[in-house]
Amino acid sequence: MNVLMTGVGGQGIILASDMLSEVMMRSGCDVKKSEIHGMAQRGGSVMSHVRFAERVDSPLIPFGGCDILLSFEELEAARYLKYLKKDATVIINQYRLAPPAVVSGSRKYPDVVPFLRERTPNIHLVPGTAIAEEMGNARGVNIILLGLLSTLLDPPESAWYDAINSMLKEKIRAANIEGFKRGRQIKIQ
Amino acid sequence: MAFFISESSQGEYVMKKILSGNEAIARGAFEAGVSFISAYPGTPSTEILQTVANEYPAIHAEWTPNEKVALEVAAGASYAGARCMAVMKHVGVNVAADPLMTLPYTLIRGGFVLVSADDPELFSSQNEQDNRHYARFAKMPMLEPSTSQEAKDFMVEAVRISEEFETPVMLRTTTRISHSMGVVELGGENGCRTPSLERHPAEWVMLPANARARHPVIEERIRSLKVYSDASPLNVMEMGSPKLGIISSGVAYQYAKEALPHASFLKLGLSYPLPEDLVRKFAAQVDELWVVEELDPFMEEQVKALGIDCHGKDRLPLCGELNPDIIRGAVMGIALQDGDQPDLPPRPPSMCPGCPHRSMLWALKRNKCFIAGDIGCYTLGFLPPLSAIDTCLCMGAGINHAHGMATVFGPGKEKIVAVIGDSTFYHSGITGLLNLAYNKGAALIVILDNSTTAMTGSQDHPGTGVTVRGERTVNLDLENLVRALGIGWVRTVDPYDVKQTRKDVKEALAFEGPSVIISKAPCVLLKSRNVPGRALTVDTDACTGCKVCIGLGCPAIEFRDEKAHISDMCVGCGVCADLCAPGAIGGEK
Repeated sequence: MNVLMTGVGGQGIILASDMLSEVMMRSGCDVKKSEIHGMAQRGGSVMSHVRFAERVDSPLIPFGGCDILLSFEELEAARYLKYLKKDATVIINQYRLAPPAVVSGSRKYPDVVPFLRERTPNIHLVPGTAIAEEMGNARGVNIILLGLLSTLLDPPESAWYDAINSMLKEKIRAANIEGFKRGRQIKIQ
Repeated sequence: MAFFISESSQGEYVMKKILSGNEAIARGAFEAGVSFISAYPGTPSTEILQTVANEYPAIHAEWTPNEKVALEVAAGASYAGARCMAVMKHVGVNVAADPLMTLPYTLIRGGFVLVSADDPELFSSQNEQDNRHYARFAKMPMLEPSTSQEAKDFMVEAVRISEEFETPVMLRTTTRISHSMGVVELGGENGCRTPSLERHPAEWVMLPANARARHPVIEERIRSLKVYSDASPLNVMEMGSPKLGIISSGVAYQYAKEALPHASFLKLGLSYPLPEDLVRKFAAQVDELWVVEELDPFMEEQVKALGIDCHGKDRLPLCGELNPDIIRGAVMGIALQDGDQPDLPPRPPSMCPGCPHRSMLWALKRNKCFIAGDIGCYTLGFLPPLSAIDTCLCMGAGINHAHGMATVFGPGKEKIVAVIGDSTFYHSGITGLLNLAYNKGAALIVILDNSTTAMTGSQDHPGTGVTVRGERTVNLDLENLVRALGIGWVRTVDPYDVKQTRKDVKEALAFEGPSVIISKAPCVLLKSRNVPGRALTVDTDACTGCKVCIGLGCPAIEFRDEKAHISDMCVGCGVCADLCAPGAIGGEK
């Protein structure tokens, strides 16, 4: 299984993909995960490849190999189309962060759904950021989206709480578990 | 992250952990009994020393001002009998190349490992050099892990080889190894060596007579290592179909394995010196031979020098990273199927909202300066609309560029300026400034002092007064250091005070002789930052749409419907408000 997480530096993608990797390792899979640090942290595009199976060789997902794309930002969902499997599940957080060319007024923020539709019919826009804001912390969007993602994967709900408990400091655990549960309630067809 | 206990393939219980390649190297150092680690931060190598500092308190860890120092202090620890490691990114090895080329001539006591983290695809670097050449150039063995598990295991093996052959060993990773995570089965600790004072003048005093006698020793050693490499368990044949044979190393092996699972492989973990007999044996068993490697044809040329014909860089790219699709396409002779990609607005990294570099670069730009840049976040000031960086070559080069240019133009002709960050200044700017003063230069040098090594994720340095482990230490007085180097005009300015900053820049440019402005404000990503952290707002009725604020290139200011808008990313530094002629920006939400 190949999961691609995309978004913008600072959205908490790395922690979300760390947590997914931990859960899949604990459920007995070989796991590899790859992303780029460094300059990407300065508000640039971020992409994290997470692969799990009995055995994983390449840390990068081959083109056409991505089963699930989880995008934390709308535009970033369409930046890596070549990785998508035909009929891949695409989950897009409804959140638009204008890139520099849009900020300066020289380009319009594009509607990316038509591009994605050429690859797969399974596209779901979800209000992750709105839920996070309603819960009082816009930065909690990563755990909400992870909660949603968990409903598409095999490990039982409890495995995720084990990972949250082992990876997060005690004072932020309760808020993250709450966010995770809210994410699990998001319904996609 | 907690340990996780599970059953191994042999039915024993093992501790497993998901580690990045860098974390695995740190773990390997711990298991190998390394007791001394030195490094200068540089992507993708930075997390190795950080992991050691955070997780292995028994190991001495230090950020050094640059990679030359890192390599030399580690060599000292080795001479004293301790196991040690010096860690740097690929271009850092260039800085350390002077001691590196002679170190193999000298006697290594405690195991010495140089970790070189290369950056194919230049995710965060100024070039794409292939540091495997350094192993051959310096005549030292090189190990190339292809997974996190191997990163840990090879680190242990590197220390062992170093002590057995009394040679420094290079552990070469790439961004995809250093920053990828994988499952690692942990091992036990091997124990440290107790340091002891010995004297080996013939092996440690590299004057011509001694070095001449040592040269044959390293030639003989590399011959022995070639034999060792042939038998090393790190170099393995995995026979699949005899139709296609692939020699590979590092992450390229994993890509090739994914792309062509039925092929036969000669996987090289100890890739220099090349195991020549093993290569011959493998080549004889396959119909078509390929060497699959990222960047230069390092192994391919050595294979060809053995008189063995093979494919490699005739079909594979010399530039950038490989991936399974590129390899499959090249070997199978099919075009890459990556489909049409829509034309989307790019999202390059940029200086953060509230970054103190922005207003200083803007002030220099307003004075029509030519700005020689350096390595750090401020290099991103190159991007439009700021477009404020005119050169960037390597660590410390900006000051010297500025001096060279200003000298040939003559006094007062052009406004030549250099900008350099505090960490970069301590790394290799001090000698340049000394030269500028000594040779009666006239450039203005702006030291962008944000009290951290920001680009690599906020590491301490000699100007922060704190060590890698957070202990208080001496705090360098930058202004006095600059004066001591011979600079007569020095002023520390607050870059958020836009008006005063512009005045100071004008005065410095008018000064005959070299001048230094220290632009002092902590990085906005530091907890100690001095900006309010609350977003400003635009009074859209007052906004005339003049776009002066847009010229700052701040990601928090958006131009929409002919008006400026400020997003929640704003931290309230107030620079745009100071520039806004109609006074439309202000207040708090």
